[in-house]
Amino acid sequence: MIEWFLDGMLVLALLTTAVAVLASRNLFRAVVMFIAFGLLMALAWVRLQAPDIALAEAAIGAGLTGVLLLDAARHLGYSRGGRPE
Amino acid sequence: MRALSVVTMTAVCLAFAGLLGLAVWHIAGSPAPVNLPGLLAENLDASGVEHPITAVLLNFRSYDTLLEIGVLVIAGIAGISMAKTTSLEDPDLRTSDSLLYALQRWFVPLMLVLAGYLLWAGSDRPGGAFQAGAVLAASGVMMRLGGIPMDFLRPGVLLRLGLALGFTVFLLVAVASALAGEAFLAYPAGFAKPLILVIETVLTFSIAMVLLALFVSAPVNRAQEPEEGEHE
Repeated sequence: MIEWFLDGMLVLALLTTAVAVLASRNLFRAVVMFIAFGLLMALAWVRLQAPDIALAEAAIGAGLTGVLLLDAARHLGYSRGGRPE
Repeated sequence: MRALSVVTMTAVCLAFAGLLGLAVWHIAGSPAPVNLPGLLAENLDASGVEHPITAVLLNFRSYDTLLEIGVLVIAGIAGISMAKTTSLEDPDLRTSDSLLYALQRWFVPLMLVLAGYLLWAGSDRPGGAFQAGAVLAASGVMMRLGGIPMDFLRPGVLLRLGLALGFTVFLLVAVASALAGEAFLAYPAGFAKPLILVIETVLTFSIAMVLLALFVSAPVNRAQEPEEGEHE
């Protein structure tokens, strides 16, 4: 029962962060949401009993891609389309 | 006219959805052609490593891993070639954030040890070259943000060597095994474990180098410089 509840919350949080990434007008917020999505995705991989992919997802998907995207967002002046900073 | 296009698009979407559903129905209906976990468990002893994922990545399907590192190296070269070379040694990128310095002092040695552990752990539990390389690159990013000079990242022999090392060694092993009479990328019996270890080690260095080079070669935007510490 508790596992079903945890998995349900995980799926819900994944969908919420995914929509937040796509719908966000602010690039910086979108990148932060993407990092949160990556970390949740790593948890999902752990729940699916794939610790290898979870490690790779946390290190590459959330960590390094996040850093690269932050860099890119800064270069684009990270509020394109949103309010000017 | 607009209504017509909407109807057409809906019909096309429905047709695709129907085809997809049919395909899923067919796949679900037919029994699995091979029992992959069973096959893997039977052949694990011959692979040279104890962890099934590493056995698949570095032995049974090492061709895929070879192509993967090739793609990574190409991406790294593309990223570097788009960079303004001055930003590779830009002193302005240093931050004077004391928190970052403190973190760096604690984290960089820990992360280096963790990378080594992950690389070694790959033989019998979750871990391996990609994870270790990513952790190594992350510690490099941290050092870079702290303004520690990293001469090997300047365009030159060391950078080229680092980028190409993993792919070259992997390819050499592959070609050597092909020339020795066995199939492409078939490790000779008894040498599987040392060869896999060597390949994993050089792959770790190359992956870390590619990821770090991608980060370091990102252009520095002068106008945004004051906001440096805010989001990193």
